Amino acid sequence: MDIGTFLVQCLNAVQYGLLLFLVASGLTLIFGIMGVINLAHGSFYMLGAYMAFALSPLFGDQFIVMLIAGVALAAIFGYLLEWAFFSYLYQRDHLQQVLMTYGLILVFEEVRSLLMGNDVHGVKPPPWLEGSFALGSLMRYPWYRLFASAACIVLAVALYLVVNRTRLGMMIRAGASNRDMVRGLGIDIRKLYRIVFAAGVALAALAGMIAAPMSSVYPGMGASVLIICFVVVVIGGIGSIPGALVASLLVGFVDTFGKVLFAELSGMGVYVLMAIVLIWRPEGLMGRKT
Amino acid sequence: MRRLDPFLPLLCAVVLALLAPVLSPYVSDFVVKVMILSIFALSLELLVGMTGLVSLGHAAFYGIGAYATVLASGTEGGSIALLLPLAMGSAAAYALFVGALSLRTRGVYFIMVTLAFAQMAYFVFHDTKVGGGSDGIYMYVRPTLGAIDMESRAVQFYVVLAALVACYGLLALVRRSRFGAALAGIRVNEQRMRAAGFAVYGYKLAAFVLAGALAGLAGFLLAARDGVVNPELLAWHNSGEVLLMIILGGLGHLRGAIIGAVAFTLLKELLSTHGFVGPLADHWQLTLGIAIIAFVALLPKGIIGIAARLSPKGST
Repeated sequence: MDIGTFLVQCLNAVQYGLLLFLVASGLTLIFGIMGVINLAHGSFYMLGAYMAFALSPLFGDQFIVMLIAGVALAAIFGYLLEWAFFSYLYQRDHLQQVLMTYGLILVFEEVRSLLMGNDVHGVKPPPWLEGSFALGSLMRYPWYRLFASAACIVLAVALYLVVNRTRLGMMIRAGASNRDMVRGLGIDIRKLYRIVFAAGVALAALAGMIAAPMSSVYPGMGASVLIICFVVVVIGGIGSIPGALVASLLVGFVDTFGKVLFAELSGMGVYVLMAIVLIWRPEGLMGRKT
Repeated sequence: MRRLDPFLPLLCAVVLALLAPVLSPYVSDFVVKVMILSIFALSLELLVGMTGLVSLGHAAFYGIGAYATVLASGTEGGSIALLLPLAMGSAAAYALFVGALSLRTRGVYFIMVTLAFAQMAYFVFHDTKVGGGSDGIYMYVRPTLGAIDMESRAVQFYVVLAALVACYGLLALVRRSRFGAALAGIRVNEQRMRAAGFAVYGYKLAAFVLAGALAGLAGFLLAARDGVVNPELLAWHNSGEVLLMIILGGLGHLRGAIIGAVAFTLLKELLSTHGFVGPLADHWQLTLGIAIIAFVALLPKGIIGIAARLSPKGST
C-alpha cells in the first residue's frame, strides 16, 4: 500500500468512525440515562437519509440550511415519539423493550415503503462541495467526504461542550451515572428524558443526512447501522460518550482497513474486535464495573 | 380437567400423529413448518424463560444447523445418523464460543452481544463462498436412515413430530432436574445462587450450549424439509421473531413456546393473506408491527396469561 492510498483509507476510516459516533452517542445516552434498549434507533438514521433525499430538491445548494431544518424536524419527531411511545417503555423489562421497539421498526419500514417506495435512491452533494482534491501523486479525495468529517468533528466538540460545560449536560451526566439519585434531587426527569431522546433522534438523523450523498438511500439501511452501533456501544461502554468516540474510531479503522486487506472476511473484523474487548474488559473500554 | 393437564401435550401429539394421513398437503406442510418453529422456540425458552437470559441472536444456531446439514450432505446425500449430530454439534460449538464470551456480560449488554455475534455468522455465510454467498445452496438429496427417507412428506411429518416430542420431553426433564432448578435459581436471584456455592457461569454456559444444539436440531429439520438454505435464516429478524413467539405464548411455560409458535405463524399468515385483510395484506409489516406492540403492551404474560387470568384457580 503506497502512502497516498494509506492516507485516503485513513481519512475514510475517520469519516466512517465519526459518522458512527453520531448515531452511537445517541444510543448510548438513551440507554445510559433511560435504561431503554432501542432497536429502532437505526430507523432514525434511515429517517435522516430519506429526509436528505426528499428535502434536497427543495433547498438546492442551501445544504447547511437543509441540515438545520432536518435536525429540527427530527428533534420534534423524537420529542413526540418519546411522549407517545417510549415514555411507556421505561417501567418494562428489557425483553419487552426489545420486542416493542422491534415492532416499531416494522412500522417505520412499512411507512417508509408507503411514502417513498422501495427503490434505491442517490442524493447529490451540494454543488459547492462537488469534485475532489489531489492527495499525493495518484489519489484524489472528494471534498464532500472531508466536509462530512469536519461537520462530525464540529458536532462532537459541540456535544462535548454541552455535556461537560452546561447545566443540562450536568443533569445528563448525573442521569447516566445514577438515575434514581437525579430523580431524588428534584430534577424533572421526564423532561430530561424527552430532551435526551429528541437529541438522540436528531443526532442519528443528522448522521443519516450527512451520509446520504456518500452512500445511497435504500430500504433497511437502518438495521446494519444499528448493529454496528451496538458493537460500538459494547466496545465503548454503556453510557460513556468518550467511550463511544474511541470505539467508533476503532471500528472505523478496523472496518476500513479490513476491507482493504482481507476483502472477503472484512465483515467479521469489527466482531473480532468486540470479542477481544469482551475478553479483556467485559464492561467496555470506558464503562464502569457493575 | 386438572388431572388431565400434564398429559395434554402428549394427547396433542397423538392426535396430530393420527390426523396426519387425512390432512391436506397445504395444512400438513403448514403443521410441519409450525412444529419446526416450535422446536426452535422451545430451545430459546430454555434460555429466556428458564434461565432468564435474553438472547437476540438465536437464529445463528438455527441457521448454522441448517447450513451444516446441507454442506455435509454434498451431492450424494447423507445419513441422518451422521448429519443430525453434525448439525447439532456445529450449532453447539458456535454456541460454546458465543456463550463463553457473551456470558461475561449481562442484561442489555448480553442482548447486544448475542445480536452482534449472530450478525457475524450471518456475514460469514452472506459474504464468503462457504455457503454459496447470498443465494444460499441447494441440497441435492435429502437425508435418509434405513427406511426413513426425508424425501417423503409423510416421513417428514413423523420425523419432525418425533423430534418435537423428544425436545419437549427433554426440556420437561431438564426443568425437573437439579440442573433445571439451578437455572431457575439463577433466573430469580443470581447473586444468591453464587453465594450458595453454584458455579453460575458454568450453568449458564451449559444452558446456552444446550439451547444452541436444540436450535441446530430445528435447523437440521428445516434444511431436510426445504432442501435449501440461505443466509436469511441467520438474519436478526428470525431472532426477533422467535423471541416474540415465546413471549406471545407465555414465558416460563414449555407449552407457551409451542402456543406462541402456532399463534405467531397464524398471525403472520393471516395478516399477509388477501382473503382475510384485503389490500392491507400488502402492508403486513405495518399491521404485524402494530400487533406486536399491542400484544406486548397488553399481554405481557402471553396467551397462557389469559387462560390463567380466566381460571379462578390461578396459573397452570
